[in-house]
Amino acid sequence: MELANIEKLIEKYLEAETSLQEENILRTYFTSGNVAPHLEDYAIMFGYFKQNQSETFTKTIKLKPEKKSKKNFKWLSVAASLALLVSVYVGKVQYDKYQQRVYFAQVKEALEKVSFQLNKGNDALYAVSDNLNKGSDAVSQLKIYENTANTVLKKVNY
Amino acid sequence: MKQSDFLKAVLPFKDKVFRLAKRLLVSTEEAEDATQELYFKLWKNKEKLGEYKNVEAFAMTMTKNYCFDRLKSKQASNLTLVHSNYKEKDTSLEKKIEYKDSVSNVHKLIENLPEQQKIIIQLRDIEQYDFEEICEMVDMKPTAVRVALSRARKTIREELIKQHNYGVS
Repeated sequence: MELANIEKLIEKYLEAETSLQEENILRTYFTSGNVAPHLEDYAIMFGYFKQNQSETFTKTIKLKPEKKSKKNFKWLSVAASLALLVSVYVGKVQYDKYQQRVYFAQVKEALEKVSFQLNKGNDALYAVSDNLNKGSDAVSQLKIYENTANTVLKKVNY
Repeated sequence: MKQSDFLKAVLPFKDKVFRLAKRLLVSTEEAEDATQELYFKLWKNKEKLGEYKNVEAFAMTMTKNYCFDRLKSKQASNLTLVHSNYKEKDTSLEKKIEYKDSVSNVHKLIENLPEQQKIIIQLRDIEQYDFEEICEMVDMKPTAVRVALSRARKTIREELIKQHNYGVS
């Protein structure tokens, strides 16, 4: 391809008036490696375009999105939160029961202590009443003594 | 529409979709996600695909719109710039480096173009669609497409000459 022709095509190219065929001519000329020095800038441009065409999408395209697994995750989270709720509830009930048992044991212990002390008190009361009886015995003996003394005195006075 | 028919209809242009997405989103990962997402959408709407005369043009329009959405969304606010590895054969090392530099320069120059021109130059100079198809894809009149394309080409050329003359990269 003569240079004059190429230059004409470039003018058209810059005005965006070239057809695809004419652009193909330019493309082959500029990527051939045999470019006139004053047109090297275009070689860079076309070189870039050509090199860009070879870039491909290498991953495989999935048509069925992972929405199912996403849904599963949704349900899983619901299930997990439910399980958490239930376990917290059960745990709370169990804990309450345990707390009640501990409380009951404490109360029982306290009551036992109280009743033990009460028994001790009882003993003390018995002891007191024994001593009281002793005292009253002594008093009654004193009364007998007084009576006899009175009778003796009466007899003496007569 | 069966899966095999669907794939026959849409798979041939997957690379074009990917490249357009990459042109707009810059990062390869983003572009791969976009391509994947686009094919989900096409598959979901497979019943309607028969109604379109040109499925490929329709897919490219969808790609364009999807990428714009991505760019607007907050999710994509931290896009990374990724350059692909440029391969070159049998040139001297110095030339190679120079060439590589200028090639990645073209990449940057195109990146700096307005979105509309970016898309059009991608569709025309890389994917080689004819004007009719491009008009359909970007929903513009032929004259407007030509004007945008001409501007894009001239901008790239002028920038390249500027860099060439001043040796500034």
